Amino acid sequence: MATAPKPQTDSKATTKEVLLRVEGVTKIYDGTVKAVDDVSLTVNKGEIFGLLGGSGCGKSTLLRMMAGFEKPTKGKIFLDNQDITDLPSYQRPINMMFQSYALFPHLSVWENVAFGLKRDNMPKDEIAKRVEAMLTLAQLNKYAQRKPHQLSGGQQQRVALARSLAKRPKLLLLDEPLGALDKKLRETTQLELVNIIEEVGVTCVLVTHDQEEAMTMASRIAVMSEGYFLQVGEPDVIYETPNSRQVADFIGNVNMFEGEVVVDEPDHIIVKCDECTHYVGHGFTGNKGMAVGVALRPEKIMLSKERPTGEYNWAEGVVTEIVYFGDHTTYHLKTTNGHVIKAQEINNTRDLSCGLTWGDHAYMHWNDLAMIVLTH
Amino acid sequence: MTKLARFSQSLTSGKLIVIGVPMAWFLLLVAIPLLIIMKISLSEMEATSVSKMISWTNGLPTLKLNFSNYQFIFSDALYVKTYISSIKYALITTLICLGIGYPFAYFMARAPKHIQPTLLMLIMLPFWTSFLLRIYAWKTLLVSNGVINNLLMSLHVINAPLDMMNNSFSLTIGMVYSYLPFMILPLYANLSKLDLRYLEAAADLGTSPFKAFWLITVPLSKAGIIAGSMLVFIPAVGEYVIPELLGGPSTLMIGRVLWDEFFSNNDWPMAAAVAVVMIALILVPMAILNRAEAKLEEA
Repeated sequence: MATAPKPQTDSKATTKEVLLRVEGVTKIYDGTVKAVDDVSLTVNKGEIFGLLGGSGCGKSTLLRMMAGFEKPTKGKIFLDNQDITDLPSYQRPINMMFQSYALFPHLSVWENVAFGLKRDNMPKDEIAKRVEAMLTLAQLNKYAQRKPHQLSGGQQQRVALARSLAKRPKLLLLDEPLGALDKKLRETTQLELVNIIEEVGVTCVLVTHDQEEAMTMASRIAVMSEGYFLQVGEPDVIYETPNSRQVADFIGNVNMFEGEVVVDEPDHIIVKCDECTHYVGHGFTGNKGMAVGVALRPEKIMLSKERPTGEYNWAEGVVTEIVYFGDHTTYHLKTTNGHVIKAQEINNTRDLSCGLTWGDHAYMHWNDLAMIVLTH
Repeated sequence: MTKLARFSQSLTSGKLIVIGVPMAWFLLLVAIPLLIIMKISLSEMEATSVSKMISWTNGLPTLKLNFSNYQFIFSDALYVKTYISSIKYALITTLICLGIGYPFAYFMARAPKHIQPTLLMLIMLPFWTSFLLRIYAWKTLLVSNGVINNLLMSLHVINAPLDMMNNSFSLTIGMVYSYLPFMILPLYANLSKLDLRYLEAAADLGTSPFKAFWLITVPLSKAGIIAGSMLVFIPAVGEYVIPELLGGPSTLMIGRVLWDEFFSNNDWPMAAAVAVVMIALILVPMAILNRAEAKLEEA
């Protein structure tokens, strides 16, 4: 039948120059625990590639194999078309910014940044020049002689970045780079970090469990679970066209409706669910009678007290919960069959816009391109 | 001083008891006896009690201090030689203990977690037997017709027994053997806490494992090295039993001189002076080292 708008995951990427290629990498611990399961990926030059997943999904193991701290049980890793699978970490032109930084506590900021350069037997004056440049880049000149424990979290994070960039690695690995910072600092540091990375022009692989961090920093994201990739794509593609219930559920908030395709036309389909009937304004790969999930993000639902006209794309419910976030409010509405649907309203005036309160009966409606039909 | 004042202000009565009891113990059994020894060292042989050291002239007490013991120590070449020899043996012992103990502690800290308690137990095991017995056992191993010589002779590796007893060799072996656990334990405690991510970070920045050991592991275990070295060096300087049993007459150690002065010559003021100089020889460099260390930390 008709096909859904295909997410253009790798079509743009293939035209670019590939820096890192991971081919069928598997990591098994203690003979039984599969941490990474037959993963393949390519990272292009100049790109920030995000590995996103919950704890224990294998993202850190994958990163550690790129750094050379772990050997893959199976598969190969190529950097610039050179097989680096068996190269020890100290011979790889790859540097890593460690989770909680791992700055050498007995060395000053200056010595930490110079550490990698000294190992390359670089001339002294050149080391000094490079370290100064790095400290300037990370705005750390004032703190050059301090020890790591005398710095704030944000400053330590910048030292870690300066140290990992000092050797001008081909590939920079970032392991939860902002995990140790508080929320406010994280937002500003995120931008700083991206600016510095772009200024240097280094290719990055970023590991994070924080979807916001992945969305804002990475140019492409791989969503990982139980050792394999659920989906790889640009942040907006992952968010707006997840390829499975799992991805839709992992990234952001989502309302899932389970139903059956009752009309299947090239330009639209109709899915009958318990609470409502969805009119989806595009075709899909599947057929009539198929059981599907319809994912609908809360911010795409509008609320009103009046019953919408037409028979599709609306539902009704009773307000059971109002969660105020300042910039927006999330309303939880319980339908007659007990399903709770979340709707997010932007607070664009100073009085709460739609005037709903607990126990109110309200209608939710959405347009026919707001939802994603998921077959698995 | 202000730091001390702030510290004492922060003490509640509970804390005061916890800190106070061991402090009182220390004062009673270390500080006061030490003061008594210092007092004795400044008196004459026949007049070691305080009352005899004070003479009354015109109703005013004058303290009669006798520095002749100290003068004698520094003018007599034998004492000076013995001090130097003691420090030499203590230093050699410390260095050998460090050389053997560091790799030992290192691999113990890196051993699988479940066998570490067993390894630790093995190090403690010798303490289950009397120290004196263990030193005496070395004698039976090292003497001319001892276990080692008999074995080597019967295997025809040597024709005449090796001279291993009553010399600096037997003394050093005995000292290293006895003090090795005191080096290993603080080093192990330190090395097992080392964050392995530092080594990963070093490798990541292009450091080979061998270089990373010298650039990261050793500097970060400095506190353990210092603690272990002090635990070995300080008692080794004043060691008496080991040189007495294994050292023979040729090895000079200040502990034996002390014993002779106290119990053979019965010259308590002289013996006390020898002891005070020994303590000063150890304490003054340690205090300077400590201060430098503290300053370095603050900077």
